[in-house]
Amino acid sequence: MTADSLSAPAAAPVRGRSLWDDALRRLLRNRAAVTAAVTLLMLAAVCLIGPLLSPHAIDQVYWDRLSLDAAAPSWDHWFGNDANGRDLMVRVFYGGQISLMVGLTATFVALIIGVTWGATAGFMGGQVDNIMMRIVDVMYSLPFMFFVILLMVFFGRNIFLIFVAIGAVEWLDMARIVRGQTLSLKRREFIEAARAAGVGTATIIRRHILPNTLGPVVVYTTLAVPKVILLESFISFLGLGVQEPLTSWGVLISEGAKEMETAPWMLIWPAIFLAISLFCLNFVGDGVRDALDPRDR
Amino acid sequence: MTSLDSVPETAPLLAVDRLNTRFDTPEGEVAAVNDVSFTIQPGETIGIVGESGSGKSQVFLSIMGLLAINGRATGSVRFRGEEVLGIPRQRLNRIRGRHMSMIFQDPMTSLNPYLKVSQQLNEVLMQHMGLGQREATKRSIAMLDLVRIPEASRRIDMYPHEFSGGMRQRVMIAMALLCQPGLLIADEPTTALDVTVQAQILDVMEDLRCELQTAIVLITHDMGVIARLSDRVMVMYGGRVVETGPVQALFDHPQHPYTAGLLRAMPRVDRHGTSELYVIPGQPPNLQYLPAGCAYQDRCPHVHDRCLGDVPPLIATAPGRAKACFLDQIHSDA
Amino acid sequence: MTAGSQTTDDTTPLLQVDDLAVHFHINRGLFRSNDVVRAVDGVSFTLNRSETLGIVGESGCGKSTLGRAVLQLLKPSQGSVVWLGQDLTKADTETMRRLRKDLQIIFQDPLASLDPRMTIGDIIDEPLMTHFPELSRSERRERVRSIMDRVGLREQMINRYPHEFSGGQAQRIGIARAMILSPQLIVCDEPVSALDVSIQAQIVNLLTHLQREFALSLVFISHDLSVVRHISHRIAVMYLGKLVEIADRNALFAKQHHPYTKALISAVPVPDPRVERSRQRVVLVGDLPSPIDPPSGCRFRTRCPIAQAPEIQKVCATAEPPLTEVAPGHRAACHFWQQA
Repeated sequence: MTADSLSAPAAAPVRGRSLWDDALRRLLRNRAAVTAAVTLLMLAAVCLIGPLLSPHAIDQVYWDRLSLDAAAPSWDHWFGNDANGRDLMVRVFYGGQISLMVGLTATFVALIIGVTWGATAGFMGGQVDNIMMRIVDVMYSLPFMFFVILLMVFFGRNIFLIFVAIGAVEWLDMARIVRGQTLSLKRREFIEAARAAGVGTATIIRRHILPNTLGPVVVYTTLAVPKVILLESFISFLGLGVQEPLTSWGVLISEGAKEMETAPWMLIWPAIFLAISLFCLNFVGDGVRDALDPRDR
Repeated sequence: MTSLDSVPETAPLLAVDRLNTRFDTPEGEVAAVNDVSFTIQPGETIGIVGESGSGKSQVFLSIMGLLAINGRATGSVRFRGEEVLGIPRQRLNRIRGRHMSMIFQDPMTSLNPYLKVSQQLNEVLMQHMGLGQREATKRSIAMLDLVRIPEASRRIDMYPHEFSGGMRQRVMIAMALLCQPGLLIADEPTTALDVTVQAQILDVMEDLRCELQTAIVLITHDMGVIARLSDRVMVMYGGRVVETGPVQALFDHPQHPYTAGLLRAMPRVDRHGTSELYVIPGQPPNLQYLPAGCAYQDRCPHVHDRCLGDVPPLIATAPGRAKACFLDQIHSDA
Repeated sequence: MTAGSQTTDDTTPLLQVDDLAVHFHINRGLFRSNDVVRAVDGVSFTLNRSETLGIVGESGCGKSTLGRAVLQLLKPSQGSVVWLGQDLTKADTETMRRLRKDLQIIFQDPLASLDPRMTIGDIIDEPLMTHFPELSRSERRERVRSIMDRVGLREQMINRYPHEFSGGQAQRIGIARAMILSPQLIVCDEPVSALDVSIQAQIVNLLTHLQREFALSLVFISHDLSVVRHISHRIAVMYLGKLVEIADRNALFAKQHHPYTKALISAVPVPDPRVERSRQRVVLVGDLPSPIDPPSGCRFRTRCPIAQAPEIQKVCATAEPPLTEVAPGHRAACHFWQQA
């Protein structure tokens, strides 16, 4: 408990700030988080712009480099070529587009649905909570693959469906986490104080519950992104996700793993890109969490 | 009321000399206890009073070797003439529990919920006194009787959750007294209890003190509890002893402005005072940024230049009384 | 229904609580019966304008539950809470929300009652924003500043977060939040119990000043009889969900007609060794019975010093003592109040 430091200058009217102003300020002061964010943005930019500048196309087969012995990184092909003789660098960049898009979008969707659902269930309690959480249980018990296949059958193969499928599964965990947090927050006195002040339920959830669940939510989100990226490669591996010639990091890694002994570059490059982006995501996540916690200085 | 037979000329039971306790925190060093010296005679009851952050608990946690891992204590603490500060854990374990024991504020968390009370009590006796199971149980039941637990022989085989808060605190006291230690340290023993239960516990402690001749250290923020039970009082503020003296004299004529303020700021149940409570202005000091000079300077009505620069030493003012204040005398109307 | 002396110009009391009860149902698993905790059971009292009613009792007596039931933060199981002629237990959500402007609360744990992720300015502003959304941000800020000043907080603190404050300052923030709408009633739930003695006096004085300045009515809930004696005009004593005695402060301390009140007062230590060691004390036997299965008849009989005699015990075990008027404005719930 820090006593009030008398050092605050007695400046004329002090302007009010909100948590979000303060959070942004603190986030920008966090060097690791800023570096990670910049790195991540650069990575994304490279993945977007790289293919445009590259002389190679994603599906162009270089017959002379078809054999893996001749496919090692070279001046023409910086990352080497894959088992089909295609330029790996361009494929890694395209894969990055897909993976980052799937990872971020699906997680974002899961975040929105899960947080809203969990906070509402937890705060309302009683029968509402019971019904909402039973729905979650039912969704949990549906086999994931069955769900994906069902979607494919109805809507045909479509990259958009990957988001839906993954999002539909990921939000369940988020809802449970947020509900647990909300249940414990609900009993805190500051919530009671807000109710005593006449603040409505929706406002209490938005103003008091959600900001206080952000810590675990942000951490879970940074963990969910790699999970989603790998989930996508699993779907693709089964032939239900991204299809050739398009690719993703997950697919590239699983292909690379097969040729690990003869062509290690096929594993190393996509793995490096994936690792860097996950690493950065973790730093950004930690930074956001700390920035949102006023107790952290 | 005070035990007159404990002549202070005998060797002290506990002698603390220039005890300093520091905590390393990410924000810097916290000076929790600063140059504290005092002695405790066998059989006496000494009340330690202070607000949160005054260091009153940390003094005795230092003595018992129970500081948090980021804390360290320096100085000298002699128990029956033997240095106990910084001795090996094994040696310390033989002293604490057997000769010095401590009870805490929260009786709910101090007992293991998975063990019967009998097991927890017997363990102490078997370990420290080398008693057999049967003998230990007999002693435990006798001790529970002493702290007035009804039907002790039946209740001893119950689990802690089957006892109420007041009962659990009595079990804790019984456990602390099992080996008939020379010193019992009670850290806010009744703070978590209701007043009617507190009255019961204080009754028990009062009887025990006469019966067992154990010296008791009573750490509390409640001047009323101190008034009820102690022979001598030590007032702490900002990690230092600011005043000490016999209980009646200290309550009648407090010599340190803080003691005086504290006594006047308390509303009393036995009379209706003025419509306005006396107020000590400001906040307790931050132990991390203690000012140079007296820690009470920001809140003291008598502060003068000297208080800002020098720390007032604890000086004897009368036999058995001492204060740490530059002021010659304070007026009760201050 | 009370014969309490009405000192205000208005003959109807500000708040009239009648036969209020709050029962909690404890669900103990699928196949076991539901237990009912009668946390508050048939409590009636009135509160006048600019009056402080102290509610004392030990843990589990239902005093905090009572305070929350009065404010409709907990739903009463029976009875009525009439505020200026309107029964709050029957008010719809919208009406209740509007009425909350006049009914505020201060909590025991000052830090827990402040959202750790909001600045002090936003915390104090929240009731204002809720009830006066038409005010501009700068107007609201102005009011926040002025109330902060009134409760002794410096303006520079407006952008700080709760964790930067000590308990006493945090409680001032809680008071500022309760005061910003200029309410007529504040329920203070153990507002000084978590504070150090020197800080406690500051907060008690602040509450007294605010009460006089704004003609506030206070329901002051506390287990500390010394503080309650200091601050209250009238005092109600609760035991296991029941009101056992209610009277003017001075009358109650002059003579207690319920044995529990007597025991409670005598159990509070007095900070004066001479007085403390020579006092006559009524030490109660045993512990508080479980509120799930309270004793029949008089709930206090298991610990009562009067009810120990068998022929008296019989009366106390069968009939529940009504809250009877033992002197003008002084009511006690004991069959044998003449002996107490």
